[in-house]
Amino acid sequence: MVMDITFEKVGYTYQKGTPFESRALYDIDFDIKDGSYTALVGHTGSGKSTILRHLNALNKPTEGKVIIGDREIVSTTNNKNLKSIRKKVGIVFQFPESQLFEETIAKDIAFGPKNFGATEEEGVEIAKRMLPLVGLDETYMERSPFDLSGGQMRRVAIAGVLAMEPEVLVLDEPTAGLDPKGRKEMMDMFYQLYKEHGMTIVLVTHQMEDVASYANHVIILEQGTVVKEGPPREIFQNEPWLESKQLDVPATVSFASRLEERIGLRLGDIPLTTDELADQLVAHLASSSIEGGDAK
Amino acid sequence: MNKIITLNNLIYKYDETSIRPALNGVSLEIEEGEWIAIIGPNGSGKSTLAKTINGLIAPDSGEVFVDQLALTEENIWEIREKVGMVFQNPDNQFVGSTVQDDVAFGLENQAVPRDEMLKRVESALSQVKMLDFKEREPARLSGGQKQRVAIAGVVAIAPKIIILDEATSMLDPQGRQEVIETVQQIKEKENLTVISITHDIDEAANANRVLVMQEGKLVKEGTPQEIFSNGDQLIDMGLDLPFPEKLKVALEERGIKVPETYLTEEGMVEWLWTLLSKK
Amino acid sequence: MMEKLIFGRYIPGTSWIHRLDPRAKLLSTILFIFVIFLANNWQTYLLLFIFVLTAVLLSEIKFSFFINGIKPMIWLILFTVILQVLFTGGGEVYFQWGILMLTSQGLLNGVFIFCRFVLIIFMSTLLTLTTMPLSLTDALEYLMRPLIALKVPVYEIALMLSIALRFVPTLMDETEKIMNAQRARGVDFGEGNVFQQMKAIVPLLIPLFVSSFNRAEELATAMEARGYSGGEGRTKFRKLDWSASDTLVMVVFVLITAALVFLRN
Repeated sequence: MVMDITFEKVGYTYQKGTPFESRALYDIDFDIKDGSYTALVGHTGSGKSTILRHLNALNKPTEGKVIIGDREIVSTTNNKNLKSIRKKVGIVFQFPESQLFEETIAKDIAFGPKNFGATEEEGVEIAKRMLPLVGLDETYMERSPFDLSGGQMRRVAIAGVLAMEPEVLVLDEPTAGLDPKGRKEMMDMFYQLYKEHGMTIVLVTHQMEDVASYANHVIILEQGTVVKEGPPREIFQNEPWLESKQLDVPATVSFASRLEERIGLRLGDIPLTTDELADQLVAHLASSSIEGGDAK
Repeated sequence: MNKIITLNNLIYKYDETSIRPALNGVSLEIEEGEWIAIIGPNGSGKSTLAKTINGLIAPDSGEVFVDQLALTEENIWEIREKVGMVFQNPDNQFVGSTVQDDVAFGLENQAVPRDEMLKRVESALSQVKMLDFKEREPARLSGGQKQRVAIAGVVAIAPKIIILDEATSMLDPQGRQEVIETVQQIKEKENLTVISITHDIDEAANANRVLVMQEGKLVKEGTPQEIFSNGDQLIDMGLDLPFPEKLKVALEERGIKVPETYLTEEGMVEWLWTLLSKK
Repeated sequence: MMEKLIFGRYIPGTSWIHRLDPRAKLLSTILFIFVIFLANNWQTYLLLFIFVLTAVLLSEIKFSFFINGIKPMIWLILFTVILQVLFTGGGEVYFQWGILMLTSQGLLNGVFIFCRFVLIIFMSTLLTLTTMPLSLTDALEYLMRPLIALKVPVYEIALMLSIALRFVPTLMDETEKIMNAQRARGVDFGEGNVFQQMKAIVPLLIPLFVSSFNRAEELATAMEARGYSGGEGRTKFRKLDWSASDTLVMVVFVLITAALVFLRN
């Protein structure tokens, strides 16, 4: 089945109808297409976390509707029967290692599947399959998750979400607090899930480099609503606009525009990755030496 | 110059059974007023090293001198007055129920008279630009704001050394910048010695000297420029590559000869400009 | 959902009652609970009602907040009242069935018990609605000081209380985060039979314990680094100010006690 997620005029107000009422989201329209890699970007307090909880119906919109696959969620939707959505859309929350609780890693990974009706044996089999996906091996099965290093705990927690075999994987700042090496390994791991397992990925992040290198769709939020949406190349084209929103530009993009200014000509499309920029430079070197030759 | 910290051959094991000591013979001298960045992958012993300086961890062997004093059981509290520390998790070091209560906590411990305390809390809060928030509760502050309060708590006790133990790693880019800027300003003003343990390249770039730890040992030291020119190895040192270095690696892979010395972004633009305009 | 859990939440304000010294408020509330047992006729209860309602008015807080304070206790109150009514004899007997009877004295006792509950709840709600929890801790520390002579670690207890209070919102956030994470893994909180609900709470409680222990450890390290070496020999940043109004409250209280002694049967 096609797992598109669509927001139509979605609004969300916390503690509606009480004196503590506060509006977190308004007028949100967007599409997360099946098989896409979407980045959700915005400052702290822009509403990213609230949107996240709408992606698997942990929260229901107070206005508008959220369509997840073939299910439509509105404010009056019954709380029962939402579980099937949670199986299809897995969320890895920030610092997911804090959700670990079982005695063994295998049991913790199997926790989700068992809640969705898997048997004991199926659980073990799923745990076995999930560990290599997160870069761990079978020797970890019977160890306690609390004996692991922080990075490994996070991998186990991610395996616990992957174990439900969701079609959409939502990641809330999955690399926060890791060292650069761990960060890179983790981002590569998600990219592999996207490329090789055809998973739809939604990434919430502050790292514009990651947005530029991995995403093919970017949604920018500010104070509870979407202010821009589009492919990364289009988004990062407009440096002054991003600066006005106090958002970073990937280093490649800002470097390229600095260089272009210095040499006084365009290198080509804005480069999203260091490799793209290097390619452009190499191509340019080749052509400019030919031009140089012509001039002489 | 005045040696503010001297560490002599520190060895420390978390427990008897561990195969590898967390600190395996670390010796180090730090001058007053220096800004030192300690980098290294997770588990290399950076935080352990920092905690020996104010006696939160007592090494199995070796000596610690802070401001010419050999750290002992007797003078540990005196030394802690000279060393302020900001930790990684903004929530787990916030003791007070409000911003000003938290800043006052260290002063209360030192039995500073209340009138003096009021002055020092105000001035510390204004230095980190949190004076307007003095009655706020921690739950209503951002991570960056909480860390600035933690810095104010340190500033209030007027230490000679401030240790940032991955103090920016849980913050968003905005919070990170706020914290680094605050420390820079205070360091200038008070002539503090700063030791920052970090994975953040911008934070490391502020240092006069970068120390690299691996498996409980200091394996390298140098200016940020020297350390940053290590190319791909930087990743194994727990640091990301600065952008010019990344580009150099990518160009080298494509058969272009690149300069070996570290280039800043500006230096890189200039170099590429010469390269592109060479005929 | 979490918000409902904290009853009698502090409501910031600047009313006369808000500005009273927390020691005066805490002391009067505690004494009130004793003094109320002096009341045993309608004159004495009337006097106490006037006292409490004046205080409620002075707090400038909506009356409904006080009514809400009674709601969670209503079954306990009614249960006690009914027992009183049915098992107290004396006065005119309206109805009798075995040992159960309905008498004029019983009815009157029931009404008095009801009043006693309502008054105590109003007073304690007033205390928590108008006093910051932290100030209450300060007041408690002050009032417990005599116990230091008995080797009670009063300063430590007060610091523990204030740290506990400071971490309430942090832990509530954490609870909500972990609940969401486990719901995303297919847990239904608050659904199914008692056994299922108990089972659902394990994946919430264990992570909460683990994280609380981690927090406690890190907090202890941070406190040590900041020079905390026990309760003795510290100065205090927070200061309590006893003013004329506070003395007035205590004087009124003494007068009311005297009046109660005079008016009671």
